[in-house]
Amino acid sequence: MATEAEQATGLTFHPMDQFIVKPLFGAGEVHWYTPTNVTLWMAVVALAIIALLVMGTRGRAIVPNRAQSVAELSYGMVHKMIEDIAGKEGLKYFPYIMTLFMFIVFSNFAGLLPKAFTVTSHIAVTGVLALAVFISVTAIGFIKNGAHFLDLFWVRSAPLAIRPVLAVIEVISYFVRPVSHSIRLAGNMIAGHAVIKVFAGFAAIAAVAPVSILAVVGMYAFEILVAFIQAYVFTILTCVYLKDALHPSH
Amino acid sequence: MISLLQEAAHSVAEHTEAAAAHGADAAGHAAESAGLPQLDVTTFANQIFWLVVTMLVLYWVLSKVALPRIAAVISDRQGAISGDLMAAEEFKQKAREAEAAYDKALADARSEANKIVAANRAEIQKELDAAIAKADAEIAARAAESEKRISEIRASAASDAREVARDVTAELVSSFGGNADAAAVDQAVDSRMKGALQ
Repeated sequence: MATEAEQATGLTFHPMDQFIVKPLFGAGEVHWYTPTNVTLWMAVVALAIIALLVMGTRGRAIVPNRAQSVAELSYGMVHKMIEDIAGKEGLKYFPYIMTLFMFIVFSNFAGLLPKAFTVTSHIAVTGVLALAVFISVTAIGFIKNGAHFLDLFWVRSAPLAIRPVLAVIEVISYFVRPVSHSIRLAGNMIAGHAVIKVFAGFAAIAAVAPVSILAVVGMYAFEILVAFIQAYVFTILTCVYLKDALHPSH
Repeated sequence: MISLLQEAAHSVAEHTEAAAAHGADAAGHAAESAGLPQLDVTTFANQIFWLVVTMLVLYWVLSKVALPRIAAVISDRQGAISGDLMAAEEFKQKAREAEAAYDKALADARSEANKIVAANRAEIQKELDAAIAKADAEIAARAAESEKRISEIRASAASDAREVARDVTAELVSSFGGNADAAAVDQAVDSRMKGALQ
């Protein structure tokens, strides 16, 4: 589309094209089972995680090599995060939270490779991840505490008169959690990648190219930061929700 | 630079206008590429399916293989470190004991040496005392012998002198014409010599 305008100015802006889900082999409709670029990049992410956490620790060395150090570092980071926020009881869910963190951080970084597809830029993906956290955390809350889980919405430290009002607000904020949890991650990914693409588009004009390239480099550096921070934030929020489920009283 | 940016912005505007114009022709195509691909619900099933597959695989690998292995490595390391620290403490203790044993052995050796020196000294003293006593006894014996011989010599000298004095006296008396009575001569000589010889 817009081929006349593109030919006239030499500029092409398709910042959102990088997010299109398309079949890996040939064209056509995307069925639920079709191998798409989503499949490819999720496989890349999964293999990279397995390479780090399984291959990297193959030596089981007392004095670790680089890969094993990184694997142990990520293990220690997530482990400590759960222990600090949700307490010792939270460690039961460590494999699940570790899987979440590793998947998100690797997806974010894999998305920064040139020509890559960022699976975490899709609300379908982050939405499922956030919903899974929301549902499992709610289930854990009711299983562990029974009806006492509802204490989470009944703020006993507040005066009795305003407790019902607070309860309404707490319930709303509780149900908004999966929305903000998922859109925060996908939104950050979409915005960063789109901005890089827009800056890159301006590089077609020779006079603007240096500025454009500098801006792309700056944004890219920023996105490296964001890639880790958003994975960290998603994980830490999961821990906070888990804490609420395990210890619902304020 | 600014004018160039304005030109670029203008071209973007043109681009979107053209897109809008083309949108009517190729509505299906435009929906795929112009709208946010994240909101294209036709791909949701695909993404969710592959996400679930990926997460299940990852969860299985992490919970069955990777995480137990890393946990084992970390606890092994902590065990090794605390074991090494314990061993170091043990070696330190042993070194301290060895030092104490060395000091004790040194003190023992010193006192033993002192004892040996004292014993040797006493033995030598004893031998020396015995030798001195023996020498003293010998000296005393020799002195006594000398004394005896001197007294013998003295005695023999006295009796010799008496004999000579008697003989001389007897000769003198007889030569003066007297009668040399032996008993009288003896008595006279003895009384005279008493004072001289003693």
